[in-house]
Amino acid sequence: MSVYHPELAEVRFGYGLSPNIKPPEDATALLAGLQTVDDMAIRFPIEPFDDFRERMVAAQLQNKIRRQNRGTDKAKAARKQRNIVNREARVAAMGWMVQSLMRATHSEHAFRERLCAFWGDHFTARGKRGVIRRATGPYLEEAIRPNLTGRFSDMLLDAVMHPLMIHYLDQERSMGPGSERALKRGKDAGLNENLAREVLELHTLGVNGPYTQDDVRQLAELFTGMTIQVNVGFKFRKDWVEPGPETVLDKSYGPRPGLEPIRAALQDLAAHPATARHVAWKLAVHFVSDDPDNALIDHVANRFIETDGDLMQVYAALLEHPSAWGPELRNAKPPDAFIASSFRALAVHEDLFVDLREQDLRVGLLVPLAMMGQPWQAPTSPAGWDEEDESWLTPQGLAWRVQWSMAVPTRLMKRLPDPRNFVESALGSFATEEVRFAAKSAESRNEAIGLVLMAPAFQRR
Amino acid sequence: MSTSISRRSFLMRTGAVGCSLAASPLVTPVSFAAMPGANRLVVIILRGGMDGLDVVQPYGDPVLGQSRPTLKVGPSSGASDLDGYFALHPSFNPLMPLWTAGDLGFVHAVSTPYRDKRSHFDGQDLLEAGTTTLGEGARDGWLNRLLQVYPKFDAHTAFAIGRGDLKLLDGSAPVANWFPQTQLGLSSQAERLLELITESDPEIHAALAEAQGLVEDKDQQSATLQDIRKAAAQQKGGAHISIAEFAAKQLSKQARIAAFSLNGWDTHRGQARELPRALARLSDTILTLKSQTRDSVWQKTTIVALTEFGRTVRENGTTGTDHGTGGLMIMAGGAVRGGRVHGDWPGLAESDLYDGRDLLPTRDIRANLAWLMRGLFGLDQSVLEGTVFPGLEMGRDPGLIL
Repeated sequence: MSVYHPELAEVRFGYGLSPNIKPPEDATALLAGLQTVDDMAIRFPIEPFDDFRERMVAAQLQNKIRRQNRGTDKAKAARKQRNIVNREARVAAMGWMVQSLMRATHSEHAFRERLCAFWGDHFTARGKRGVIRRATGPYLEEAIRPNLTGRFSDMLLDAVMHPLMIHYLDQERSMGPGSERALKRGKDAGLNENLAREVLELHTLGVNGPYTQDDVRQLAELFTGMTIQVNVGFKFRKDWVEPGPETVLDKSYGPRPGLEPIRAALQDLAAHPATARHVAWKLAVHFVSDDPDNALIDHVANRFIETDGDLMQVYAALLEHPSAWGPELRNAKPPDAFIASSFRALAVHEDLFVDLREQDLRVGLLVPLAMMGQPWQAPTSPAGWDEEDESWLTPQGLAWRVQWSMAVPTRLMKRLPDPRNFVESALGSFATEEVRFAAKSAESRNEAIGLVLMAPAFQRR
Repeated sequence: MSTSISRRSFLMRTGAVGCSLAASPLVTPVSFAAMPGANRLVVIILRGGMDGLDVVQPYGDPVLGQSRPTLKVGPSSGASDLDGYFALHPSFNPLMPLWTAGDLGFVHAVSTPYRDKRSHFDGQDLLEAGTTTLGEGARDGWLNRLLQVYPKFDAHTAFAIGRGDLKLLDGSAPVANWFPQTQLGLSSQAERLLELITESDPEIHAALAEAQGLVEDKDQQSATLQDIRKAAAQQKGGAHISIAEFAAKQLSKQARIAAFSLNGWDTHRGQARELPRALARLSDTILTLKSQTRDSVWQKTTIVALTEFGRTVRENGTTGTDHGTGGLMIMAGGAVRGGRVHGDWPGLAESDLYDGRDLLPTRDIRANLAWLMRGLFGLDQSVLEGTVFPGLEMGRDPGLIL
C-alpha cells in the first residue's frame, strides 16, 4: 500500500532530509507549509526584478554615451563603467545562486522551493545579451514565487507578460505588419511568433494540444504591442499593435489596441482542459516518475478543471493520490537539486559562503554544475530542463557528481560530520547495509561522505 | 558482505564500455552487421562569427585591401596563394600540405537563413537548430535529427565533446557526452565501495562503469578542488588538443559523429592579433585529428567547421570587423573534395554586398551540409529536406564529397 511517509515526503517533494529539520507529519502539514510566511525569502533575499532593472538602466546609459562618442576617451570611460555594471551584476547573481541553495538547505517548507524551481522551469526565461543575462533570479522572485499558491492563470499572466520573458522569446521585436508603426517604417517591421508559439506549446496546451499554426499566428498578432522599455519594464506600444480582432481557438479577441484582449486570451488558455492535462502530466513527471500513472494525471487534471486552476487544490490532488507515494525512489535528481540536497543533508551554514570569492564559487559550484550538464539557470531552450533520468545519469554527469562529492563539501565545511551518523541522517529509512558499510570502511572522512552522497537513494527522489 | 571484488573484476564485468552496454536501458546491443557505415563526420562550431574574408582572402579583388587598412591581405603579406584569386591566412600555413593533398577545402559566401539582427545568441541557435527561422520552436539540433532518422545509430555513435551545451546534438536520439578532462576522482578503495553501493541501481551503475572506461589518466586519488580548478582552466582555453585527441580515439572505434565548439572568433578589435590565435587552435585541432587517426580512418573522415555569420567587409574603427552575414565553411579530411574553394563568389563591389556592408550569402549553408550528409550517410533527399533541415531546398549538388 502506498501511503504518506514523512521522510519520503521530504525526499520526493522537498530537498531531502536535514539533520535539523523535522519532516512534515502528514500531507496536510506539507500543504499548509506553502501558506506560511515565506521566511526563506526574508532570510536569504534575492533582488526583485524591478530593482534589478536599475542595473539595466545604468548599463544602457553607458552604452548610449559610448555610441555617441565613438573613438573618444569618453567612450572608453563609458565602456569601463558598463563593464563594472556587468561585473557587479555577475557577482550579485552568484550571490543569488547561493541564496537559493541556502533556501533549499534551511527551509522547513522545502516543497515551496521545489515548486519555485518547477514553475521557474515551466516558465523558463533568460536574458540573452548584456546585463539582463543575470536577471533570472530576480524574475523568479517577481513573477513565479508570489504566485505559487494562487491560480495558474495569475502565474501565466505574470510570467508571459514579464519583461524578461518578452525579451527572451523575442516579443520585444514583434511588430504587427499592419500596425501604424510598421506602415511608417516598412522594411524592419515583422511579426515574431516565438512567444505565441511557446505559450501554446510549453506554457499552456502542450505540444500535442488542440491548436494549429493559424492559432500561433493569430496569437502572435494579438500579442503585438507588448514590449519592454528598460526604464519602465513592461511597455505596451499601441502603435505596434496589429489592427483588428484576432481569433485563437475559435474565439475572437478584441477590440484593439488594448491589453484586455491579451489578458482574456491568456485566461482562456489557462482554463483550457488541455492545459489542465498538460500541467497535471508535468507535475506528475516532475515529482513522481518519468512514466507516471494515468490515473494520477487524470486525478490532478480533473481537480485543475474543477477548481479553475487553483494551485493549492491541484497540489492537494497530487499529494492525496496513492500513486504519488510509491515507496521506490525513481526520478533522478537533476544536478542543482543534487547539490542543494547535499547542502541540506550536511546542514551547510550560510556563513561558510561569506568569505568566498567569485573564483571559489566558480570552481565549487558553477563549473561542476555545468559539467554535470546543468549550467546554473541556463537551459538551452525555452522548454527548460529535461525531466528524463537518462539526461542526468550520464557517464560524464555522474563522474562530476563523484568529483564534486569528494572535493567540495570537505573544503567548504570546517568539519564534516561523522560518516556513520551521516548515513542515517542523510538517508533515514532509505539507508542500506551497503551504504552503511561503505561509510565506515572508506579510507577518509571526505570519501565516506562523498560515497553516501553518491548512493542511489541519495541520487534519486 | 564482501568487498573483495578486485579492481580487475570490476573492470572485467563493467568497466569496458562494450560490456556495460547490456546493462544500460538506453542502448540495445549492437552487432557488427548493424554497425553504421565507415564514414565519420566531425562538426566544429566556431562561436563568435569567424571572419571568412580574412581566412580565405579574396585578394584578387582590390576592394578587400582597400576596405581593410590595418589587416594584411594576400600573398604579399604572407598568405598562401590558393588559386590566383583566394589566399589562405598565414596562420593556416600548417594546413597547406592538406590543401595540396586535396584534404582541405572551403565553401565561401554561405550562411544560415539568419539575417539582419546579427546577434550571436540567435545566430548560433539557428545554426545549431538547422531550421529556417527561430520561431519554429525546434527543440533539437540538426545533427541529433540526423541520428533520429538514421536507424543504424546507437548511443555510442555520436559524441558531444566538452561541457555539453551543444544544441546541435540536443534531442531525443541518445548522444554520449564527455569532457576529456573529466576524472572520477576516487581512490581505489572508494572506487570499490562505489561499485558496491551502486550495484542495486543498474542505470547509475552502468553509467559509472562507462565513465571508468572513458577516463583518460586515472590517478587513483580522491578528487580535490585543485582537480576541478584544472578542468575549469582547461575548459577556458587549451582544451582543443585533448578534445581532438579524444575525438580521434572515439572515431577510431565505434563513434561516427563528433561535435564540439571552439570560441574566440568575435574579432571586433585587434583582429590581426586575435584571429591568428583562434586559427592556430583550429589548425592544431584539425592536425591532431589527422595525426591521431590511422590513414584508413582519416580517408573516411569529414571535418566541417561552421560559424554563425561572417563579418563586415570593411574594417571598423578599432582595427577589427563587426558582425556580418555571408561567411565561410571549412572542410577537412580524406573524404572531402578539397584543394578548391567551392561556392558562388558574389564579389565585393559595393553593389554586390548584402546591405551595403556584408559579403552576400549565395547559398544556404544547410544545403551544403545536407549534400554532405547525403554523400556520407546515404540519406534520402526527402528526409534531409523534411526532417533534418525542415523546409530546406537542397538544390544542385555542390560536390563536396569525393
